[in-house]
Formats: sequence, structure tokens, C-alpha cells
Amino acid sequence: MAEPSGQGAHISGQFNAELDAATSHMLEMGGAVERQVLAALDALVEMDSGSAQAVTESDAAINAMEVAIDDECFRILARRQPAAGDLRLVLAITKVIIDLERIGDESSRVARQVIALSEVSDTDPARPWSGRIANTVINMLRAALDAFARRDAQAALAVARGDETIDQQMEGAMQALTAIMRRDPAMVDACVTAMWALRSLKRVGDHARNIAEYVIYMVEGVDVRHTELETLLDWLPEREQQ
Amino acid sequence: MSTHGINIDALQRRPWDTIQDADVALSVEDLSLSYNGAPALREINLRIPRRRVTAFIGPSGCGKSSLLRCFNRMNDLMDGCQLTGRVLLEEQNIYSPEVDVSQLRRRVGMVFQKPNPFPMSVYENVAYGLRIQGMNKRRRLDEIVEKSLRSAALWDEIKDRLHENALGLSGGQQQRLVIARTIAVEPEMVLLDEPASSLDPISTLKIEELIYELKSRYTIVIVTHNMQQAARVSDMTAFMNLGRLVEYDSTDRLFTNPRQRQTEDYITGRYG
Repeated sequence: MAEPSGQGAHISGQFNAELDAATSHMLEMGGAVERQVLAALDALVEMDSGSAQAVTESDAAINAMEVAIDDECFRILARRQPAAGDLRLVLAITKVIIDLERIGDESSRVARQVIALSEVSDTDPARPWSGRIANTVINMLRAALDAFARRDAQAALAVARGDETIDQQMEGAMQALTAIMRRDPAMVDACVTAMWALRSLKRVGDHARNIAEYVIYMVEGVDVRHTELETLLDWLPEREQQ
Repeated sequence: MSTHGINIDALQRRPWDTIQDADVALSVEDLSLSYNGAPALREINLRIPRRRVTAFIGPSGCGKSSLLRCFNRMNDLMDGCQLTGRVLLEEQNIYSPEVDVSQLRRRVGMVFQKPNPFPMSVYENVAYGLRIQGMNKRRRLDEIVEKSLRSAALWDEIKDRLHENALGLSGGQQQRLVIARTIAVEPEMVLLDEPASSLDPISTLKIEELIYELKSRYTIVIVTHNMQQAARVSDMTAFMNLGRLVEYDSTDRLFTNPRQRQTEDYITGRYG
């Protein structure tokens, strides 16, 4: 992979190796979380409570990864006192893994809703909206992690704007579920449970957006949290190359 | 630009642009310096804020010590030294012919890497500059010696040894004594050239703490090889390389998000 700050190597090869290791461990954790979201989606589509149960149990491994990577970053901070781009990289990793861990939690929540749903219904009443929303958030998560690996602030900005799509899809899903409940009051329990699952999927998108914002921070040194992203489009500073 | 509670204009502003004219203690204008024709400083422009700590960092030979020495005309002592441009101390060019250099050096004190106490008592070291100025009232001298030693965070350690030879003090104590000697004459500005590089870590921290205390009364400029030290003690940092000022910004900004690639490479340890 690229050098830690996307530039020349450190005089200290060991420092390079430590930053590289923390970055790849974070990306591995990202991969594990992504697989967990996919597994939760599969369980939802197949309405398979057995695989949903497996998803809830995979949380422990992800939690352990978060703790280990945090520890790695603390050691780098204590021993290397990183500055500038290196400092932003380490801080970004410590923040990204918090969002990754929460994405893991949301996948577990989706899986728990699948187990609850499977007791009252054979199918997911929110189909096909749940699949669309899940695809959107999984793509956002992937793109955010890719942007991190490539240190691409523009790509991260595009991820952060993926929010709009989710909002539209959520609106569609809510209308569909409301229509079902009006038509068939017996479906109220199933629809409410499905709404909880959708809400957790949407949250995955929110966390992916956070990750994208940390990528912008890491690359540009600009904190864009709580900022209208459109206002930042023209503003991202041109990093001088000389 | 409108955002949720974030003022983008404030984020964009370079802190050194915000140094008000009235806050400038020393201003360097188009300063170039060469030794026997070999350029050491090239067209330096910067403004040092009053009662703040400004650090100069950069690799060996980058010109940071040469620049520091321009501020009290220490370079005058070197043969073959040629200087163009201006250095304004409180708006007066210190290189204009009417400037009294010894008076300038009283206003701009200097502390070097190696502690250089005079081979005399602790007391006489601190009183030295005052005596040269013609002060010889014992009570007044006692007062200023005590005040200076207190300011240099040395009084409690050596108040019972005032009449012992200063060369018997530890390295860290000697360096604080030299700082006490420097501030005894109430300079406006204190130049520190690697003041802690020959000291152990505890003495180094004491010097850094002292710098922090002193900045409420003096404008301080420090040259240091130790980047973490610059990050710890300074408000503004200038990064120099090959006789040029590469980047000058608030220390917060320079160590978290420098604008120049060269600065980033240097402070992250990629300078090869």
C-alpha cells in the first residue's frame, strides 16, 4: 500500500511500518464490518433467523479489533509523537474505528430484527426497499474505506453526499410500509419491526458519512463535521506540492 | 460562507496574517546575508509578535541561527559578513548607522547553547550588566539580583550559594543563571539559541517552563533542533531550509497541517 501519509518514506523505517500496520488493521476491520452488514442483509432477504443469529455473534471479533487498533494508535502517539499528516492519520484511525464498531452494532440490530420478524412473517414487508437501502449504505461504506486507503478527499466528499439517496429511499420505504399497514392491520407488528431494521441500515450510512469526513480531515487537515458539504466543495485547499 | 456554526473564513485565515501592526516587536524585511560571498539567508520577510514565543526550526545549516544573530547584530562580529535588507525593532532599523550596538544588545539579550556564566560568583554574574550600566547601589542590586533569579526559577535552589563561583553550578542551573543575567537588564527581547540542547530532560523541561513564564514580559525567539520543543513552547513557528523561510505560521497550524510539502516532510521525519 501507499506510504502512511501518501508521500515519501520516513527516515525511521520502523515508524513507517507502525503507521502502515495500523492503517491496514483498520482497513481489515472495515472489511470485516462490511461482511457483517452483507450477512445481515442476506439474513433479512432470506428471512433466515439462523444466519441472523450468527451475525449477532460476530460482534465480539469486531469489538476486539477496535480495542487492538486503539492500543496500536496509543502506542504510536506515546512513542513517536507524530506530527502533521502522520498525526492526522493516527487520529483519523482512532475515530474511524469507533464508527466501524458502531456499524457492527447496527448490523447486529438488523439481525435481531430479522429474528423478531421471522416469528411474525415469512417475508420482509419492506422489500425491495430494504435491499436498495442496504446496497446504498454498503456502497457508501466501501467507498469511504477506499477513499481512506487512497487518501482521496474528493471521493470522500462524494460519499458524504450519498446521504440524499438514502433519504429518498427511506421515504419510499416508509410510504410502502404505511400503505401495507393501512391495508392489513395484521401486518403492523411486522412492518414496525421492518422499520427498526431500516433505521439501523440508515445509521450504517450515517457512520459511513462520518468515516468519509475523517478522510477529508486526514487528507486536507480540515474538520468538516457539522458542515454543509456543498459549502466546502469549492473550498478544499489546494495542497502545495513543492 | 454559511455553515452550521462554523466560520469558514476564520478557518481559512492564516494566523500570521492576523498579527496586528501594533503587536509586532520585530520585523524583518527582505533580509539577505552572506558570509564571504556564500549566501546564508535569502530574502527573509517575517514579523515577530510581541510577548510571544517564536521558534525557528530547520535542518543544520538552514540559516536559523544566522537569522537569530541578525536580531542583535551578532553577525557584525564575523569577518566577511554582508547583509542587505532591514531589521526593525519597534520600527527602528537596527542596522542604521546611528544605532548604538551595545545599547541594542541590552534591549535584545541572547542566550547560547552552551551555558556561559562568567567565572565569578552567582551574584556578580547577575549584577554584571547592571554594574556596566553604572548601577552600584547595593540594595538596588540585591533587589534586582533576587528578582532576576526568581524570574529564572533559580532563586530557591541557590539563594544560599549566591557568593559561590557560578562554574560550580549544574549545567541546567548555569543556563538558568545565564537567563537571569540576560533579564536582569530588562531587555525587550530574549534570543535563545538552542538553550536546552546540552541539558538533560528535566533541566530542559525547567527551561521550557521558564520560557513560558517569561513570555508574559519579554518577546522570545528560540532556535531549536528539537521539533517537539518548538511544538511545546512556541506560539509561532518558522521553518527554514537552505537560507529561505519556507513556512511561518502559528505553531498549532504548522504542526498539525502545514501548507508546504517541505515543512510536512521535515516535521514528520521524512527529510532525508
